[in-house]
Amino acid sequence: MRRVLVTGLGTFWGGRIAQALEADPNVEVIIGLDTTEPTVELERTEYVRVDANYSILAKIVRATRVDTIIHTFLVVDPTQMSRRAMHEVNVIGTMNLFAAASAPDSTVRNVIVKSATAVYGCSVEDPTWFSEDTPPSRSLRRPIERSLDQVEGYVRDFAEDNPHVSVSLLRFSNVIGSEIVTPLTRALELPMVPSMFGFDPRFQFVHEDDVIRSIQFVLDRNLAGIYNVAGDGLLPWTEVASLCGKRTFPMLPFASGELLWPFKRLGVVDLPDEYLNLLRYGRGVDNGKLKRAGFEYDYTSAQSVKAFIEAVRLCRTIGNHTPNYRYERDVEQFFRHSPSVIREVK
Amino acid sequence: MAAARSPRPTAKRGPSIASVTARATKAKEVAASRDLVHVPAVTPARPRTDDDQLIRHGDVDEWGRSESMRQMARRLYDPIYSKWFRAEWEGLEKIPTDGGALLVSNHAGAIPSDAPVIMHGIETELERPVYGLADHFFRKMPVVGTLWSRLGGLPAHPDNAYRLLREQKQLVLVFPEGSKGPSKPMRERYQLARFGRGGFVEIAMRAGVPVIPIAVIGAEESMPIVAKLPAVAKVLGAPYMPVTANMLAFGPLGAALYFPAKFKLKVLDPVYFNVEPDQERYSKSRIMDESEKVREAIQQELYSMLKDRRSIWFG
Repeated sequence: MRRVLVTGLGTFWGGRIAQALEADPNVEVIIGLDTTEPTVELERTEYVRVDANYSILAKIVRATRVDTIIHTFLVVDPTQMSRRAMHEVNVIGTMNLFAAASAPDSTVRNVIVKSATAVYGCSVEDPTWFSEDTPPSRSLRRPIERSLDQVEGYVRDFAEDNPHVSVSLLRFSNVIGSEIVTPLTRALELPMVPSMFGFDPRFQFVHEDDVIRSIQFVLDRNLAGIYNVAGDGLLPWTEVASLCGKRTFPMLPFASGELLWPFKRLGVVDLPDEYLNLLRYGRGVDNGKLKRAGFEYDYTSAQSVKAFIEAVRLCRTIGNHTPNYRYERDVEQFFRHSPSVIREVK
Repeated sequence: MAAARSPRPTAKRGPSIASVTARATKAKEVAASRDLVHVPAVTPARPRTDDDQLIRHGDVDEWGRSESMRQMARRLYDPIYSKWFRAEWEGLEKIPTDGGALLVSNHAGAIPSDAPVIMHGIETELERPVYGLADHFFRKMPVVGTLWSRLGGLPAHPDNAYRLLREQKQLVLVFPEGSKGPSKPMRERYQLARFGRGGFVEIAMRAGVPVIPIAVIGAEESMPIVAKLPAVAKVLGAPYMPVTANMLAFGPLGAALYFPAKFKLKVLDPVYFNVEPDQERYSKSRIMDESEKVREAIQQELYSMLKDRRSIWFG
């Protein structure tokens, strides 16, 4: 029986993972932390509101005696918040999380951290495929890359100091699917897909379902170590656009950040620097290590893009049907704890 | 000549096991539907294969090479290859028709003319793709970089070379001189520069493939350098900025127009290293020795080819 703590319950990932865990009979307790309320309906997950950098985390870990921490609350999309807020969430949050997990009386035995392939950077010297131990070709300069790199530093330190804890670090490629919204999916939904003039880099994608499945896979097997999670194959950006039935709109390859600024202000295009660079050189990561551990992907890069565009087409016809769930504290507490509610005896 | 033969698509694969089994399950479904009670067939789980259909959308492979673009380039380039440079090969049979091998050649010409000649020659004669490793400088350039990539060029990263040679058993062309080869002035022609740090030998050892040296004459005279402009190179971020004899002769056109030097290419005996592949480290002294041996073999072959050469233009 596992007692699991999920960080970032209010985010897309936290919510999805908590839902997946609820279906798992081996998971006894699920505790979700976030600054915001969950956006998906959850049956037995306990939501605890915390501040962005988890200052009360040590208390929670001690009180609940969780044995597994799934750390999904890492911001990999720089459009979500300011650089400073991102630093608080990613670096300070992770630091506090590990401080709590490495307390002398800590019951934590498994930690899964959701990182991103952005930690490999993106530059002209890059190999076509990064494997887990390939260092970045150039020192990381962009905010997200540096932030994730610092987070991974804490993960490494924690793993080294706590050899009795199985620490898995998953690096996800560009996630796409029917629900998730990222700068790339927003770009692909524009009337014309922005591209960099004269460049046609190869992109890799991973389907959101494969992301959830990979986390469960790693959890089930207590797989320690660093793993890339990305679909098979690389697709040139023009082919990604054509799969989506779009033409590309080439931006000038110099000063594109500055030229894009008015559009960014208007909210038409929202492509941060990290992505502008990706539109030049792309990035491929080797997914062989996780496959050799036995994981099977449901989607290749191309299939993930297809799944995404199918969902977009469906939305165009029937409208956006996200269920209108609102977290009501009293209602949730009632269903979870009221003696009047008859719960199934396990 | 085989050069006139239409090149067949190189990424050819037979029907995969998955498609055969898919056909078999389809047959079963048809049989089932003839039953009295119609039971909807259980859709089998998605076959997990490395089938290109699932991975690719167009014909661009993971390295960025596009067979259709290559085909078009071969058609356009063929007159230059056979009429302008009149390329002539010797020892092509030493290049294997399957299995990985690392092709190593001398490098020359301000804009090196040897790489396209070697790639074109082997692809048309042996009907298998050649991937050319080069400085990542190309990748930085808009349009040129994309074309270069579609035509089989890729940055010379050891990981790239290893995967191509070891896992995909392809032919990979590399110029160990790097940019020191093409940037050397006319008076140093056919004098091989240092062969890097012997990285090509290490990769071949790790990948367990032979090194096949190729000696090329003609490239040096197709676009000789008379002067260099280091200041301009610095501004452009280019490895070097040459003033070529072609520019002096043809004006601005000379930036792209080669002299019609006669090309002769000779494939030397493959070098096998007889070491265990996939080792963490290989003896540095052995690597440097082997690297020097390959360099010396090409150098000596160049001298003997030049001894036989009566004319730069007619061979």
